[in-house]
Amino acid sequence: MTLLAVTVLGHDRPGIIAETTGVLAELGANLEDSTMTILRGHFAMVVVAHAEVTPAEAEDALRSLSADGSLQVLVREIPYEDPLAALGSTYLLSVHGADRPGIVATVTGLVADAGGNVTDLSTRLSGELYVLLAEIDLPGTVDPEELSRDLAAVGSDLGVDVSLRVLDPDVL
Amino acid sequence: MSLLPPLPPGRVRQSVLAPETVLSSPAEEVDPLDPDVLSLAADLLATQRSAAGCVGLAAPQVGVPLRVFSLDVTGHPRTKICHGALVLANPAVVSASRWERGREGCLSVPDLTGDVKRATRLVVHGVVPGTGAEVELATDGFEARALQHEIDHLDGLLFLDRVAGAHALHPRQTYL
Repeated sequence: MTLLAVTVLGHDRPGIIAETTGVLAELGANLEDSTMTILRGHFAMVVVAHAEVTPAEAEDALRSLSADGSLQVLVREIPYEDPLAALGSTYLLSVHGADRPGIVATVTGLVADAGGNVTDLSTRLSGELYVLLAEIDLPGTVDPEELSRDLAAVGSDLGVDVSLRVLDPDVL
Repeated sequence: MSLLPPLPPGRVRQSVLAPETVLSSPAEEVDPLDPDVLSLAADLLATQRSAAGCVGLAAPQVGVPLRVFSLDVTGHPRTKICHGALVLANPAVVSASRWERGREGCLSVPDLTGDVKRATRLVVHGVVPGTGAEVELATDGFEARALQHEIDHLDGLLFLDRVAGAHALHPRQTYL
């Protein structure tokens, strides 16, 4: 048994997911976690599946998707991993402002220096407006108010608004 | 008590878009009896009505850093309690409860919508421009959500500061 990461990227059209997962099903692969979105109009998907075939065999079977050059399909073997234990509380970092290079690097660099782990992230460019949303696990040793102040200072240098809030657990 | 004073004719003002700094700065309290404030209120309502699907407009959204907004959720399918068209100065939330998640858009962030948790039971205090009458209005559901969204604007906050998760922001599909 191997764990495969299947990445599909490229021109969006109806049917990409059905075809990709159809081929994987024929190979006897069982899908585990996956994510798919549209990035600037491009289809972008990563599927983690567990299968009896090699990455090369899977990539070959998926050739029908990449044959016309509209999609790039990449299959790699990845090791089984235990998810990182949650560090402490989950926070939502929200950044918005005028677009410029380096916003994500600077802000997430500060989070990483504090030992925070980003568990989910999305960014959007909408006209002049750049928006970053990141869910972050912070170790109990980090003072969120202090990190918040540091982030606000960095945000003010970058000309963007930064906020850090506890994420509602939404537990029933 | 009327929430809509006799208003001078309003003119449609140019609205500003994020990332304009006026949208992320707290707005100033106003003198509700100042005729310029009354005319700003009239302009907000006129501008709001000129934009399809727009149910409320705060002064910072037309580039004016003052604590005044207009609101009218009349006829919106998700409205329950409805106070009709209103303009309010120096508003403050008195009480808020029963938080629920819902999708919001904003004239100042035209291409995105976000899932935001808001109180569905709300009491707001404010002053009616022109008359100076102090009012307290209690509402629910969609009107409560719209009021919180407008009051946030006066505190320099956009719905982007309140979205519910890393994947709670969406490209806008429609304008209604």
